[in-house]
Amino acid sequence: MSSLLDHVMGRATELALPISVHFDLTYRCNERCVHCYLDHEDHGELTTSEVKDILDQLAAAGTLFLIFSGGELLLRTDFFELLEYARALAFDVKLKTNALLIKEADAIRIRNLGVRQVQVSIYSHRAEVHDAITKVAGSLDRSIAAIRFLKAQGLRVLIANVLMRQNVGDYPGVQALAAELGAEFTLDPTITPKMDGDASLLALRIPTTHLLQVFTDKSLIGSAVTPPPGAPDLEAMDDAPCSAGHAACYVSPYGDIFPCVQFPLPSGNLRRERFEDIWRHSKQLEEVRAIRLRDLPTCSVCSLQSNCTRCPGLAYMEGNMRGPSSADCEKSLVFEQARSIRETN
Amino acid sequence: MTDLYIARGQRLAARVLATETVILKADDSGLYVLNEVGTVLWGAADGTTPLATIVERLICPQFDVDGASALQDATEFVRELGEHNILSVSDRPMTGLDAAPAADEAAS
Repeated sequence: MSSLLDHVMGRATELALPISVHFDLTYRCNERCVHCYLDHEDHGELTTSEVKDILDQLAAAGTLFLIFSGGELLLRTDFFELLEYARALAFDVKLKTNALLIKEADAIRIRNLGVRQVQVSIYSHRAEVHDAITKVAGSLDRSIAAIRFLKAQGLRVLIANVLMRQNVGDYPGVQALAAELGAEFTLDPTITPKMDGDASLLALRIPTTHLLQVFTDKSLIGSAVTPPPGAPDLEAMDDAPCSAGHAACYVSPYGDIFPCVQFPLPSGNLRRERFEDIWRHSKQLEEVRAIRLRDLPTCSVCSLQSNCTRCPGLAYMEGNMRGPSSADCEKSLVFEQARSIRETN
Repeated sequence: MTDLYIARGQRLAARVLATETVILKADDSGLYVLNEVGTVLWGAADGTTPLATIVERLICPQFDVDGASALQDATEFVRELGEHNILSVSDRPMTGLDAAPAADEAAS
């Protein structure tokens, strides 16, 4: 599927279509995860009719891949109405949820509406660790129960395990739990600053020594952890750094458009402008699209380029979208070390 | 030859990108890309228009092909898509309840 998917993404980029959109329906949440970057207060979410209008606009603009996320999206009482509407517009829908509110009847509705994947965040196989991160007693048990409901409907479930200092040793347990539940598993060591720029959360990032352990873990390579691509050749220096703003974008619960969920550059608001106008004419998106690998003053000449999955959004949050992202620099260095270790073993 | 009727399958996501149609199956994440001719067939797969009529009215004039061989090729093509549950293929018209929504056309 990957080469066909590459073809589709390439075609979308060529046609400048927003084929992939991450849409946070709410920032409200019933968990209070220690690493979360969101402000959970409701500052005026899009109404049901506003969301439907945006979905109409996205379908007309060519969006196929649609991620509904939050916050906890099931806190919206109109969630199923919006999901049904999105599916009637023939979007490919994935959900990201903590699953606390998903009961058997909800799993049946999700299945019947043709959702392709449900991603559930699990931080540890040990309730005391998971619940301490979510700050909700019993949350691990409830999420696992929901995953069982979803799997009983034949749905594809992806367990996402965000790694931080609190749970760094637990990923093998989560991986085993995923296997037991028949779910897929992915690891993510990315901790980002809060959306208001507060960088205090970065203290939760796992230490380099643990990152090295993850990147040399044979049970993860190629599945939960994807090795970075090889070094870009000279021709690739004219390529865009990633799909953010080119074939993908993010919509906030207030109608703000960003290039990506991890790239909070305000590029327009759907309460004031039509999506097509923002997508085609936003100065911010135009600036993002103008950047090529060769324009990155530090990264284009970096010796670790072949190990790097540089995120321009993380770089932006550090102050310069053309600059390096320190988290990715650290990961690249550790990947290089891991590569050497794997080659000598 | 018996008239055939085609309708878009269920539990699919789809979008027309210029001359191609991208289709994704919810059940197994199968990804399909239809070419220009396939895109015309997909767009016309309303469950009630006979395949022969679709070929005669849309395929032949647009692609400048002979009717008989075009219908034969189209028949093979829709049967193959039927095997993948991308299209429902029937020798009787299908109601709207059988058909999935059409994909919006983008960037044409």
